[in-house]
Amino acid sequence: MAAALDTTGTQAIDRPARRAGRSSRWVGRFLVGLIVPVLLAIGWELVVALGWSNGRLLPPPSRIWQTLVELWQTGDLLSHIIVTTVRVFAGFALGVVAGTLLGALCGYSVVARRLLDPTLQGLRAIPSIAWVPLFILWLGIFEASKVALIAVGVFFPIYLGVVGAIMHIDRKVVEVGRVFRLSGFALTRRILLPAILPEYVIALRSGLGLGWMFVVAAEFMGASEGLGYLLVDGQQLGKPAQIVAAILVFAVLGKLTDTILVAASRPFLRWQDSFQTRP
Amino acid sequence: MNGAELLIDRVSRTYPNGTRALEGISLAVEPGEIVAVIGGSGCGKSTLLRIITGLDRASAGRVTVGGAVIDRPIPEVGIIFQESRLLPWLSVGRNVGFGLDALPAAEREARVTAALRKVGLAEYGRRWPRELSGGQAQRVAIARALVMRPSVLLLDEPFSALDAFTRVDLQDHLLDLWAETRPTLLLVTHDIEEALVLADRVVVMRPFPGRVAAVMPVLLPRPRDRLSTEFEEAKRQVLAALGHSLTDPHPPRGLEEPTGALASF
Repeated sequence: MAAALDTTGTQAIDRPARRAGRSSRWVGRFLVGLIVPVLLAIGWELVVALGWSNGRLLPPPSRIWQTLVELWQTGDLLSHIIVTTVRVFAGFALGVVAGTLLGALCGYSVVARRLLDPTLQGLRAIPSIAWVPLFILWLGIFEASKVALIAVGVFFPIYLGVVGAIMHIDRKVVEVGRVFRLSGFALTRRILLPAILPEYVIALRSGLGLGWMFVVAAEFMGASEGLGYLLVDGQQLGKPAQIVAAILVFAVLGKLTDTILVAASRPFLRWQDSFQTRP
Repeated sequence: MNGAELLIDRVSRTYPNGTRALEGISLAVEPGEIVAVIGGSGCGKSTLLRIITGLDRASAGRVTVGGAVIDRPIPEVGIIFQESRLLPWLSVGRNVGFGLDALPAAEREARVTAALRKVGLAEYGRRWPRELSGGQAQRVAIARALVMRPSVLLLDEPFSALDAFTRVDLQDHLLDLWAETRPTLLLVTHDIEEALVLADRVVVMRPFPGRVAAVMPVLLPRPRDRLSTEFEEAKRQVLAALGHSLTDPHPPRGLEEPTGALASF
């Protein structure tokens, strides 16, 4: 979809020049943000090393690191990461497709909106975890029910974002398209899609965040592998280092996938004021 | 391309809620003529332009350009809106070339560059619209319309959002651009001075419903001197005609246009 947009191209008139000096400022800001967590980690390490606490309930960073290394060396960590990531992506893909299609339909057509939106809003009011028993009855305890739960969590922010974005499209901009005799697919590709893209990216990001949230819930309801299983296993066997290690991996994966999403959308959103780094 | 004849033949527009925006408007604009339509708010000036563009349909009557009936937007008719309406996600150059996507890239770029040079923004093709001032953005909008080589160019209060200095500057600039290809120009404005600087004829409209109250030829020699006594006298006459058109207004009944970006496609 994105590749068909008019916002990229290679001609000389196409794209304003990039500003220099952005990366060095970014690195500086990143380092400043590291100060507090690093100080906390060193402090806790010292407290345990000096014997002021045994670190049994909250292990020091060195022990967490050791756990991570051991899990990595046996290959367990990688397979847990892969299982969980595949679940998130499968649920995310389903949720995005359904949310985008229904969102586009309800944003575009007043009839569809009046018909479907009340029902969808009603379903949204149900806490998504409440679906778990039903999904297990319907889809079994294996992958399908987990992916379904994640998809439900991803669906609603995408749906709401797309409906809102379409309804916010400026009538004046659509008129420009009509003056240039665009309709149907051309109007969608050259006017409507670029116009909704900023809000759509935000919807995708919150959907992805919810996907990572719901995968934990899904894996709590009985999984034999995955990062959520590591959490449950760590609790049942009294291994707090494993729990914290899994939490850290979740944080890294969540941040990483969000960063990839933002980086992938940035070339299409460079025109926005908010993406300009002011000197 | 030279201007085409624009015929507005007994055009009326009644909105579904019963509001009569226009009633029996007739006007013949000669090829290459500049006509300014002036009137207070609610007189249907903008509705008239939307019908000529093909963005809105007349309830009765018809509009022809060079003999062809207008029932949808056509490339021969260009419009410049009150706001520049540049697409913020396209560079200035791509905005200007927006209607030229059927052309080969090299030819499109040549025409875009030429159009930008004409409006004095040759170096701005790679900028984003947000980096432009209001006057620059409106110049780009003019370039976007002119690059299509329209035979009829419509302007909907094109300079009313600009400061006085920029406005005067762009009015003169518009006349220079017009002189190159002499398209037919129909300008809607509420600025009497603007109408008198630009137009060969001034059409005064009265509101509720919108009707033609008077058509006044402007006989002042060009280029027009905004400070001459003859210009002041012409302003006084138009103002008198406007005031006269307001002496017997019917009570207004909600003149809102239909809203909603997606209502009509």
